[in-house]
Amino acid sequence: MRTRKALSILVIGVGSLLLGVGLLLSAAPAEAAAPLAAVAQGVAQGSTADHSKFEILKGPFATGPEVTAACLTCHTEAARQIMKTTHWTWEQKVQDQQLGKNNVVNNFCIAVSSNEPRCTSCHIGYGYKDRSFDFTQETNVDCLVCHDTTNTYKKFPAGAGHPTYEPREFPAGSGKIWNPPDLAFVAQNVGKTSRATCGSCHFSGGGGDAVKHGDLDSSLINPSRELDVHMGVDGLNFTCATCHTAVEHHIAGGRYVMQAKDVHGIDVPGKDDLSRASCESCHGLAPHQARQLNDHVARVACETCHIPAFARGDQATKMWWDWSAAGKLNAEGKPFKVKNAEGYDIYDSQKGEFIWERNVVPEYVWFNGEFDYTVVGTKIDPTQPVIINALKGSAADPKARIWPVKAFRARQPYDPKTNLLIIPNLFPNSPEDKEAYWRSFDWIAAAQTGMASVNLPFSGEIAFVESVMYWPQTHMVAPKEMALDCEACHSTNGRLAALTDFYMPGRLQHEGLTTFGTALVGVVLLGVLGHGTLRLLLRKGAKKS
Amino acid sequence: MQQRKRTFIYPLFERFWHWSQAALIIILGLSGFEVHGSYRLFGFGNAVRIHNTAAALLLILVAFTIFWHFVTGQWKQYVPTTKNLGAVIRYYAIGIFKHEPHPVRRTRYAKLNPLQKLVYLGFKLLIFPVLATTGLLYMFANTFDVPIGPVAFLHALGAFVLLSFFIVHLYMVLTTGRTPLAHLKPMITGWEELEEESTALSAAPESSAD
Repeated sequence: MRTRKALSILVIGVGSLLLGVGLLLSAAPAEAAAPLAAVAQGVAQGSTADHSKFEILKGPFATGPEVTAACLTCHTEAARQIMKTTHWTWEQKVQDQQLGKNNVVNNFCIAVSSNEPRCTSCHIGYGYKDRSFDFTQETNVDCLVCHDTTNTYKKFPAGAGHPTYEPREFPAGSGKIWNPPDLAFVAQNVGKTSRATCGSCHFSGGGGDAVKHGDLDSSLINPSRELDVHMGVDGLNFTCATCHTAVEHHIAGGRYVMQAKDVHGIDVPGKDDLSRASCESCHGLAPHQARQLNDHVARVACETCHIPAFARGDQATKMWWDWSAAGKLNAEGKPFKVKNAEGYDIYDSQKGEFIWERNVVPEYVWFNGEFDYTVVGTKIDPTQPVIINALKGSAADPKARIWPVKAFRARQPYDPKTNLLIIPNLFPNSPEDKEAYWRSFDWIAAAQTGMASVNLPFSGEIAFVESVMYWPQTHMVAPKEMALDCEACHSTNGRLAALTDFYMPGRLQHEGLTTFGTALVGVVLLGVLGHGTLRLLLRKGAKKS
Repeated sequence: MQQRKRTFIYPLFERFWHWSQAALIIILGLSGFEVHGSYRLFGFGNAVRIHNTAAALLLILVAFTIFWHFVTGQWKQYVPTTKNLGAVIRYYAIGIFKHEPHPVRRTRYAKLNPLQKLVYLGFKLLIFPVLATTGLLYMFANTFDVPIGPVAFLHALGAFVLLSFFIVHLYMVLTTGRTPLAHLKPMITGWEELEEESTALSAAPESSAD
């Protein structure tokens, strides 16, 4: 009897123990994976219209605007929605600064003005070839560049936003022929945006694949989970729009004002699903199991630990651009390029010298979401590197968190008489444009046209100044097993060594205290040693006598 | 003429408390100074986990020990006195070199000499509370919304003082007994050979303890 009772207690005990362990092991991953997978699938499916069945999309279409006119017969408000967004206006007022691509300066190809036909190959419209562009013409909106699903529609690089309508060579003399897309085929196959459509511009910022951002390049079209834990085709398979949600074509997330610290947390669909373009929108404000890790959330951006390096994909990113080295011509008097072993340009007569890097450890800065921009016409101090977009924030600013950035450095032209950054006319806008630097290799001529286009003075003198631009890193989030370990920062010469305005455990600070403490312990040790030695000596003395 | 008598001086709990506290303090010191940034030993993340675990265990131990002190009345061992304090200080400063006898005899009712009473009381009422309070504030800095800089400063200051105490403690224990292990053994076995002049005196606790 007693044996049976003991046995049943044993069985129940071991059984519940096994059950508990089993639940612990199985519950967590299953819970985490299911809802996210459902979201990813929903994005890829769910249309109720087959655009190939619409008569108006049968074509033929001679130009992009003709397609847009057809789209607008059903999507009556789409163009007007687009026209309110920065994708269209290239204007954004932030506090007192007028920003947007029309107004900002960078240290890649510097500025849009006087280079429109080249730059506006990434405008969401057709025909922005100069300031006379009609921003109110609805058929100027390019629907296809975002909604193409065939991967056959491409804006021509020098077409002011149009695709090419006849076979054309670009770059000139390269032998690379761009063929016109079949506009009717593209129009009948429109759908949701994809990594490829967003990437057609955003992966090529700065004039080429992977040049600008560091965390955005063509390897995200078909990424592995290891490269991007959210977008990985072998994982959650997110598109850009999974996080960059859109309301009336206004897309969440943006560079001119960033949400450096989301204190709202999870956005519940139907309740407050305003934007998912922050980690916290899905992961909440206490995303870790360990309290110690959650204690970081208030002051450290998720990206700091979860993006251990940028340019982790197939592409290297540009880290340095020296415009002052541009303009060398070969023996025949022609511009030339020098490539490195991997095939990246490291010298280009039109642009100067470059450095490319992969798997780059970011720099880290305090950032509260606001920038201080150097724009067209901002006076600079040429005695030190120009910070083109200073990230505001400090340890004392509760809205600021520590963010990882790609610091892109360059040497770019400025006018030493006026201390204005030069807005150069780089791209030859027409066969008659002889001043453009890429044809003339003459900075003075290029600066005269460029500065005149923005109504700024030019003294006729050119000098070069170093500049830096900061690109906060948010994409190519690594799987958690690749996140930084504590010591990456919590050590004396760790990743945050440059941020000295706060106390961080694990790096030797409180110098005075450490000196005092070490001295105290040293004095005590010496005292004990002295005391002991003296006793030893006197005992021997006593024994002898 | 002095005699030595084998006396049971440290009960089991007191020995358990002493040695587990010693082990925890050594672990806390090793991991704590790594968190301070003095060296790399366990790796920062491990050092924090070890430090927090040892701190929690020490708090539990101390809770039991405070209970033990009051239940057994052992807290009276730490009531400070100035009687013979000067003599003890004079002994360690001068007398010890002249091979004078210790001015205070130890009994099971007065385990601590007046200087020890003062130092241990200081440890219990000042060093430990400062370390425990700043340690808890450090651990829950976000919850209490306190800046960790000043908290870490005080915590490390306490640690340096405790380290100094630890060094002197080791020196005294290991070198002032008749043999190097004479003061160590009783804390292991509980039994110590105490010097006494007459059994009558050692049986009268009040005479030497307070």
